[in-house]
Amino acid sequence: MARMKFLCDSDRCIECNACVTACKNEHEVPWGINRRRVVTINDGRPGERSISMACMHCTDAPCAAVCPVSCFYTTADAIVLHDKDLCIGCGYCFYACPFGAPQYPRVGNFGSRGKMDKCTFCAGGPQQDNTRAEYIQYGSNRIAEGKLPLCAEMCSTKALLAGDGEIIATIYRERVQRRGYGSGAWGWRTAYRETVSI
Amino acid sequence: MLIKRSDRQIAQSARAGKRLAAAYEGLSAGGLDRRAFLRQAGLGGVGLAALGTALGGPRLAQAAGATGVIDHAKPVEIRRNICTHCSVGCTVTAEVQEGVWVGQEPTWDSPINRGTHCAKGAAIRELVHGDRRLKYPMKLAGGQWQRISWDQALTEIADKLMEIRAASGPDAVFWLGSAKFSNEGAYLYRKLAAFWGTNTVDHQARICHSTTVAGVANTWGYGAQTNSYNDIRNSKTVIIMGGNPAEAHPVSLQHVLSGKEINRANLIVIDPRFTRTAAHATEYVRIRPGTDIPVIWGMLWHIFENGWEDKEFIRQRVYGMDEVRREVAKWNPQEVERVTGVPGEQLRRVAQMFATQKPATLVWCMGATQKTVGTANVRAFCTLLLATGNVGISGGGANIFRGHCNVQGATDLGLDVVTLPLYYGLDENAWRHWCRVWDVSYDSMLARFESKQMMETPGIPSTRYFDAVLLPKDQVQQRDNLKAMVVFGHGGNTVTRMPEAQKGLEKLELLVVADPHPTTFAVLGNRRENTYLLPICTQLETSGSRTASNRSLQWGEKIVDPIFESKDDYEAIWRLTGALDRAAERRNMPIRFQADMFKHIEVVNGRPTPESILREINRGGWSAGYCGQSPERLKAHMRHQRHFDLVTLRAGPDAPEEVRGDYYGLPWPCWGPPELRHPGTHILYNTNLHVMDGGGTFRARFGVERNGVSLLAEGSYSKGSEIQDGYPEFTVAVLKRLGWFDELTAEEKASLERHFGANIDRASWATDLSGGIQRVAMKHGCVPYGNAKARAVAWNLPDPVPVHREPIYTPRTDLIAQYPTLPDRRAFRLPHLGQSVQNRSLQVARDYPIILTTGRLVEYEGGGEETRSNKWLAELQQDMFIEINPADAAERGLRDGAWALVRGPEMPEGKFIKVKALVTERVGRGVAFMPFHFAGWFMQEDQRRKYPQGTDPIVLGESANTVTTYGYDPVTFMQEAKVTICQIRAA
Repeated sequence: MARMKFLCDSDRCIECNACVTACKNEHEVPWGINRRRVVTINDGRPGERSISMACMHCTDAPCAAVCPVSCFYTTADAIVLHDKDLCIGCGYCFYACPFGAPQYPRVGNFGSRGKMDKCTFCAGGPQQDNTRAEYIQYGSNRIAEGKLPLCAEMCSTKALLAGDGEIIATIYRERVQRRGYGSGAWGWRTAYRETVSI
Repeated sequence: MLIKRSDRQIAQSARAGKRLAAAYEGLSAGGLDRRAFLRQAGLGGVGLAALGTALGGPRLAQAAGATGVIDHAKPVEIRRNICTHCSVGCTVTAEVQEGVWVGQEPTWDSPINRGTHCAKGAAIRELVHGDRRLKYPMKLAGGQWQRISWDQALTEIADKLMEIRAASGPDAVFWLGSAKFSNEGAYLYRKLAAFWGTNTVDHQARICHSTTVAGVANTWGYGAQTNSYNDIRNSKTVIIMGGNPAEAHPVSLQHVLSGKEINRANLIVIDPRFTRTAAHATEYVRIRPGTDIPVIWGMLWHIFENGWEDKEFIRQRVYGMDEVRREVAKWNPQEVERVTGVPGEQLRRVAQMFATQKPATLVWCMGATQKTVGTANVRAFCTLLLATGNVGISGGGANIFRGHCNVQGATDLGLDVVTLPLYYGLDENAWRHWCRVWDVSYDSMLARFESKQMMETPGIPSTRYFDAVLLPKDQVQQRDNLKAMVVFGHGGNTVTRMPEAQKGLEKLELLVVADPHPTTFAVLGNRRENTYLLPICTQLETSGSRTASNRSLQWGEKIVDPIFESKDDYEAIWRLTGALDRAAERRNMPIRFQADMFKHIEVVNGRPTPESILREINRGGWSAGYCGQSPERLKAHMRHQRHFDLVTLRAGPDAPEEVRGDYYGLPWPCWGPPELRHPGTHILYNTNLHVMDGGGTFRARFGVERNGVSLLAEGSYSKGSEIQDGYPEFTVAVLKRLGWFDELTAEEKASLERHFGANIDRASWATDLSGGIQRVAMKHGCVPYGNAKARAVAWNLPDPVPVHREPIYTPRTDLIAQYPTLPDRRAFRLPHLGQSVQNRSLQVARDYPIILTTGRLVEYEGGGEETRSNKWLAELQQDMFIEINPADAAERGLRDGAWALVRGPEMPEGKFIKVKALVTERVGRGVAFMPFHFAGWFMQEDQRRKYPQGTDPIVLGESANTVTTYGYDPVTFMQEAKVTICQIRAA
């Protein structure tokens, strides 16, 4: 079975935000909820780099470890999903997540945040695949249709890669070998406890 | 539970009081929800109430259904169109169910975007969802917007137009068109202006690349990108000067960065700002805004000094390089550094790379063109390419990135005050040619104009419409001032000097805005009457072809029907001509429109078909090779996209017969009638290919000899040419002299005989409607337009060899005496001030110490009305801002994110614009930058209430052009939008 991962090639990312609006458009994510966003460091200075960020679907996901109601589950493809019917909006996962992925529709403490929302790797939720109920709670389920996450598919410079970890690591490795530079598979050590060796 | 953005749900949940909408800025998880944002924006319930009424009509089911939920039990139709934002030409693949656009998929087959999009393209479905679209025709009555019917609107507009025509003549109406038109829409609009009897018809090219078109065409023949986005994959050195494609053309960076990676290419960005493109460059050169020519001459100084120029190329294919050498000699490294701020050593390195690590390409955008020296800048760029032999080769060339999705096509099809479609100009020959194509008599056309002289005089450019309204009558060289504007698809905030524009708009007798959105035109002036809004659909809701920056034509098919009461451009123009006929009839005026204009255009259910319009373009478009791209061929290209090569854009031997050997989108020139199967021209002026394989030479456009020097190429010719030297353009006379005349078929001869009679010898490759002259020339391997040298000296321009001229408003007042702008003059029916305004710099420079430049953001486009109405894009950029260097900010006590007040030297006394400060080293000390997409605030007045209910863009902000100042290029009246001066202080 494939082990799904994200990889953002920060030497290619130009902060065009296509990944952000592709996600919004595909899943009808409301204002204020950012399943994916682009983070830029050294903005406006030499060394400026951008990275597209979302839930990385970690190995032994820390969000799952802290969830008091055990709403997280991992699919056979190693995608980390959660059940919004169980979620109590406590916000623990937000504190546990090294990538700031969990999002809440409201602001407040003690369960008043509303159900947590995050990137599903375009894999929907626990309901039956591609039903209206699933769409309303989690957005579309492209994985069930045999497609990959739309953010990566639409990435303007093909900086953001999504798919089987082995395959995207190979693509990245070949790219770095050909061009002679690469700042590494950002976030991989934290998320997957490994890195892409060149 | 994830809360959906469907407005009805929002309203329901609001009623139930379930939603907290605390605005909690800065906390990513909180953010702003839509409702809270609206409240914050001072809207209260207004926006939602307006939406409620909008959805109350018969479109309820469809609009509410367009929430993107695909019913997987039902079939999905796939429709392909082209993104309506920038000029890259990304294919959009839409999933449609029961007439509703429910999803968008990547288009892997397109060789241009290969599945990808930028933020705008990935959010494009929202345009057709249409919350904030203009829903039905409206008019201002006593300052209030009122809903009216299409018939009423057009009847009233037509009556008013005829009244103005009778009182002030046809030139009192400005027909402002759009780079968002399809080719067919642009052509139809140009034709409408011709039938109305004026040359005052323009579009956005005026304010983006008019100087490119003028500069490049005056150098080597055609004013267009010579190569393509894809071809940059072949470059070894890429210089991007005055452009930020990472934000303006994001998908182009896919090709640029791939080229950089595969070839280990040098990617050099020359710009006053350290742009997002510069962040990926191998070398960044910061220059003082407005000093492009000294930078280029500084590079050429090193090139000539070290003998790096391509001497053989210059000898064979360039005229007048020695005169350039004389000018360049003045620009030694010390002088260049004094004027531009660029160290000599860095420029030497860049010059060496460009001249020796070939092929090298030069990419430019509006940083080069939007200047008082725009045409001269572009000419200097071309000269650098010519000196290094980087034109007409794969991986080289002038890769000019155009702006809008069809600004290239709209330019080609003559939405331009100086020419009829396809660059024929305005002289009698041009009019006679198009009259033949239109099948109307020349005399009947002449009768539509004020006089023969006005028929051949360029119109008033869009950058100066308000001057033509406001100036004393005797200063406008036509019967009367401008009295009416008909604006199709054009923002009002992209033209400089908005305080003047506001006055101009207020004084107009009639203002018609035909657009998917009301645009700034509708709200800027404080008009109360005689103002009409006509809802036009986007290109996604109709069909037609559009020309990408690389000259490829792509056919878009209709994704869904026009939403609400909107109509496409074709139908709107058809109906308008009918209304004009009836209005003329009521006033007993003899002029008629519809019957003659649509003589050979098929009209189905009141809608002229784009296919039949394109066929008419094919019949007349010989001069730029718009003759071979039949609708059938273009549709076949869209069907077989995957057969075209990513780098060469050519369909290989395994492609289906109908596209085999073609270049993708039949990039013009695509010679001959469609049956000739010319493949299009991927790279212009490429002598390494046979003309029937897309080869070419520099165009013989400026005569054959000057001052005893031949202007024809010497010993250089395209592959397979039977004439192995330079040759003039082909006419019947030339064919006769070569003994090739009798190779014309009997029909071709008959056609020439019929149209030209006794003047047959003067019929040329561009005016022969049979296509025979082109066919015979190409049979002998010759390019129909001739084989000449490119001109390093363009003797017909104000500066035949570009010279540096300081911007009109410059903080470097010490340089004005040495490098003054042009003296005051007249052009385009109007006065054009130069030195008299520049001398003001001496008085005001001290009070306005910061150079202001403007540009684009990735999330928005153009005037921004459409993109700021798109929820997904609006969320990403909620505030208008000004970038200011930390040192300048510190001097002013201005913190990052705080409000700043900005004013320019021409703003009314005591007025400022109010914008957020973005303190960043992206701009150098003494330079500030503002994006130009915002509008809706005007010198601190919030104009949201002035939009018709429910059509106000989500995000409003001050317009950069409220601050920009006087300054126009002498050749095209391009506005100076890139260099002015301003003062900034904390609010």
